[in-house]
Amino acid sequence: MSERFLVEAVNDALHVELARDDSVMVMGEDVGRAGGVFRATAGLRERFGKDRCVDTPLAEAGMLGTAVGLCMAGWRPVCEMQYDAFSYPCLDQLINHVGRYRWRTGGTMQFPLVVRMPYGGGVRAPELHDDSPETYYVHTPGVKVAIPSTPADAKGLLAAAIRDPDPVVVLEPKLIYRTERAEVPDGEHVVPLGQARLAREGSDLTLVAYGAMVPLCERAAEALAAEASVEVLDLRTLKPLDEEALLASAARTGRIVVVSEAPRTVGFAAEVSAILAEKAILDLQGPVLRVTGYDVPYPYWTIEDAYMPSVERVVDAARKLLVF
Amino acid sequence: MAQVARGAGSGDRGDAEARPIDGTPAGVRGEHELRGVIDEERALEGLGERDLLDLYRSLVLLRTYDERSLVYHRQGRIGTYAIFWNHEAMQAGAVHALADEDWIFPAYRESAIGLLRGIPASTILQWWRGHPSGWWNPADYNVASICVPVGTQVPHAAGLAWGKRLRGEQACALVFFGDGATSEGSFHEGANFAAVMNAPLILLCNNNQWAISTPLEAQTRTAALVEKAAGYGIPGIRVDGGDVLAVYEATREAVERARAGGGPTFIEAVTYRVAPHATADDPRVYIDLERVEAEKQNECVGRYERHLRRLGLLDDAFAADVRAEALEVMKQGIAEAEAEPAPDVSLLFEHAYASPPPSFARDLAELRRILGGDLG
Repeated sequence: MSERFLVEAVNDALHVELARDDSVMVMGEDVGRAGGVFRATAGLRERFGKDRCVDTPLAEAGMLGTAVGLCMAGWRPVCEMQYDAFSYPCLDQLINHVGRYRWRTGGTMQFPLVVRMPYGGGVRAPELHDDSPETYYVHTPGVKVAIPSTPADAKGLLAAAIRDPDPVVVLEPKLIYRTERAEVPDGEHVVPLGQARLAREGSDLTLVAYGAMVPLCERAAEALAAEASVEVLDLRTLKPLDEEALLASAARTGRIVVVSEAPRTVGFAAEVSAILAEKAILDLQGPVLRVTGYDVPYPYWTIEDAYMPSVERVVDAARKLLVF
Repeated sequence: MAQVARGAGSGDRGDAEARPIDGTPAGVRGEHELRGVIDEERALEGLGERDLLDLYRSLVLLRTYDERSLVYHRQGRIGTYAIFWNHEAMQAGAVHALADEDWIFPAYRESAIGLLRGIPASTILQWWRGHPSGWWNPADYNVASICVPVGTQVPHAAGLAWGKRLRGEQACALVFFGDGATSEGSFHEGANFAAVMNAPLILLCNNNQWAISTPLEAQTRTAALVEKAAGYGIPGIRVDGGDVLAVYEATREAVERARAGGGPTFIEAVTYRVAPHATADDPRVYIDLERVEAEKQNECVGRYERHLRRLGLLDDAFAADVRAEALEVMKQGIAEAEAEPAPDVSLLFEHAYASPPPSFARDLAELRRILGGDLG
């Protein structure tokens, strides 16, 4: 075990997986010479060469489209999109091809590629460096989506994504890239896709979250400790979703608040709410509440704190539900 | 290699006619060499009698596939179909210049290109019949799936070619796309990627001068699409797309360069779309019918057939045999396709994932119950 920041755990995963499997390659903008704008790919070019840690032209759709062809040639490309919103051009390839190509070949050809990117707000950045685009990815058939919230999971989920036979999008919460520091297993470490993590046990209410909202919810649970026993469920994989863990938590506490920094309408919190409405109605003591971003463009950073879910907004929602 | 000429090369260009490009006076015609072989009665080195007749067989097979498909569509036996009549020369010419290890990335206009690599006619017909059995494993034939979204297959071909080179393999990739695709971002990103990575890729632009109803001059301000090659720092060749030997020669040259480590080549194969874009299109509202009739007189299969007759390599009996052989392929193909049972609803869920989510099994079970009439 070694203490690592979340982004260092990402880097560790890439080093381990490239060493383990010589068909794994990393590609992206500034990933090679610079080692990535967040240093997630540091040292890879020096260690594995320029052909396995490739500085690409600035072309997100071209990068992902090229990755489709690389899969056909037997590679397992890991594509870095430099920022969340920079990934939107790649949706062309993701929707038209990445999610469909295996199906198109009758399941005979695998597309084991990974798209990973830093995502989310709260980092005092210019426009389009702050988005939470997970819904676009989750909504695309044929791809899987994972979002870690701890350094160990950042390593383990990325390793699982790289080894998975299907395309996986891994969104890394950049807000906590260098705030979350914890023990990470050395060497090979895999966290299977599709398994949620109980970040905190409780009996009165569950906060369901992923990414940077998990540590926020843990702080909210702490703030509520005097008045209620609050559970925090870290979904870890949005698709496939660990419905069993979600429904088990609903059965335990009967009260659910879903926290997500993406815009509210048709966001992932809405999907969680719908599943609970369909499958947990008799366990629920009150409505499923959402604490999310608003249905607006991600704001200028001098007012971004008002956009982001806060401990106060989560506590407020929890209190409403506790007295429902 | 053809020179990439400067300046406007064709008429009907409105304001662009008098516009200098890079300081070169515009309006000069004929600067873009349109390479041909048949009209020049050149013999191609390394292409023997047998090769010439094999090319003919491929042309006739593609032509027969296309003509029968139109009939099948009218009979309601296949769905909407993208016609490729008068594109057979560029398709067969290009494929014959490849080795079996080389990959082909077709657009929908090249839907039947796999016939030349041994994909059964029934499989391709099933694709047009909307049946899930119309798939193949690209690695079995080195033919990628038919690409519907325009231009988006270009980066795939770039990636395959680059990936093969990285693995130390000899294979090249050839990607077909239309004149309309050159306006797409995917074309640009794929071409640029291939050039930067020195990928062994042949970019074969089927310039049939129409993208459904959008004419070439509404698609681009360049005098000829081959000019785009210069922007990627790669060689460009402009070739008579109705001349199967000219396309063969240009592709062979591009393949040799790619295999020698010289990177990608852009080939503009110029032809004219004399048929509708697809069975759902009626070009009479936008196309010049006199031009269509004139182009039909010089269609590419008849043109090559006349060439072989001039060379004394082909007579009526041989032509009839080849035609009969192709018709038999189609007869069998449609029979096999129609004999295929209707797809089971499980195919809604199969193949989307290697490891499907648990919800798929639940959804399928519920669907089966409802389809079985057992309603809640």
